[in-house]
Amino acid sequence: MASTEEIRSDLAEIVNEIAGIPVEDVQLDKSFTDDLDVDSLSMVEVVVAAEEKFDVKIPDDEVKNLKTVGDAVAFIERAQNG
Amino acid sequence: MSKTRVVITGLGATTPLGGDVASSWEGLLAGRSGARRLTDDWVQNLAVQIAAPVVVEPTEVIERVKARRLDRNAQLAVVAAREAWADSGLEGSGLDKERLGVAVASGIGGLHTTLANYDALQNNPRRVSPLAIPMLMPNSSAAYVSLEFGAKAGVHTPVSACASGNEAIALGLDQIRLGRADVVLAGGTEGAIMALPLAAFSQMMALSKRNDEPERASRPWDADRDGFLLGEGAGILVLESYEHAKARGAKIYAEIAGAGISADGHDIAQPDPTGSGARRAMERALSEGDLTPADIKHINAHATSTPQGDIAESLAIRLALGKAADDAVATAPKSMIGHLLGAAGAVESIATVLALHQRVVPPTINVDKLDDQIELDVATEQRKLADGDLAALNNSFGFGGHNAAIAFKTV
Repeated sequence: MASTEEIRSDLAEIVNEIAGIPVEDVQLDKSFTDDLDVDSLSMVEVVVAAEEKFDVKIPDDEVKNLKTVGDAVAFIERAQNG
Repeated sequence: MSKTRVVITGLGATTPLGGDVASSWEGLLAGRSGARRLTDDWVQNLAVQIAAPVVVEPTEVIERVKARRLDRNAQLAVVAAREAWADSGLEGSGLDKERLGVAVASGIGGLHTTLANYDALQNNPRRVSPLAIPMLMPNSSAAYVSLEFGAKAGVHTPVSACASGNEAIALGLDQIRLGRADVVLAGGTEGAIMALPLAAFSQMMALSKRNDEPERASRPWDADRDGFLLGEGAGILVLESYEHAKARGAKIYAEIAGAGISADGHDIAQPDPTGSGARRAMERALSEGDLTPADIKHINAHATSTPQGDIAESLAIRLALGKAADDAVATAPKSMIGHLLGAAGAVESIATVLALHQRVVPPTINVDKLDDQIELDVATEQRKLADGDLAALNNSFGFGGHNAAIAFKTV
């Protein structure tokens, strides 16, 4: 099972690929919109790429709750363990 | 009421001959072909396997994250627009962005995006990009060019097939003459070298099938021409009111004297064989520019290398200029860069402007034997233009019967 750090690191690669944010900036306490400036359309791309990468489902209703990188990593961890 | 004078103060291009205006112009003057045989897997079962791709990939120029949000059409347009903008010296000039307009045309629109997302859709609808619509919409390139420089006057996308680029320049001219803008970034873009357009144009019997000699395929006015060569690229011109350009001490390449727009009212794909629509476009450009046929010393022809089209245009030029056509040096850049569809008029307007500015006309290549129905003074080698005041026409015609002629003159 992937560790929290592995998930954060893989997610950081996705955010970098889609939105150009340096991977080192994608830390657990960072807000996607307020800190990383990931717009809503890029967030849709991040979610779809994360679903494929981590083999999980992220329902549209859930996306609005994923405010920080930590929220997303925690959701992915729960989904993988569930 | 006298018309507002409109001049060209910046040029930008990316073409099958070079990634900027200087290298493209040098290639045209040298008579170099940008054609090549395509080697991609997708081309293997097509009847036509030749094209003229750009030599500098736009993704090598545009920042990675920005590039992935732009269709190839918009990428090419942004590359050309950045060069034109830098060339104009407008950056930091204090230009009021509410007086900056955009008119960037495309014949086909974001086809790469359309096809890629259709493939994604078949696989999984969630893989369709949330940016698919803003990337595939025909106005995407004009919109991205406006975003690049913060243009806040009108942002327009004329769509008239292969006349689109010239129509964008005509529209830009109008915007300035109507007092709606002081500066307009005008031109066209097209990145459609893909299986579908190649197959579709081929089914129309519009393309040359000289797969074994790509550099000889595009041969406007030659007796053995058999269709056009598909090219890609973009051209953007900075149009500016003379007053505005003068006030900031801008360098001026040439003046746009007038534009002439007409329709054939004849057929969706075939040109009117009498040349009457094209003739009217040229006559209107002259009339709007207060020019006479004797002022025209150079014609950048549409001349795509199709059997009927080249003859109809030659006839139209004779009708529009009469005897004065004998003194107008004609050239066909499509012999070298192929047909850039919605970008053709823009890139070839840049060539026309430079021909006036540098007083030299690039050659038309591959004219081994001039078709005896072509009654033009064809430049088969570089030709000098005389000193003094002179004017030139750039023609573009498109499927649908669209005709757009622009008259430029020396300043």
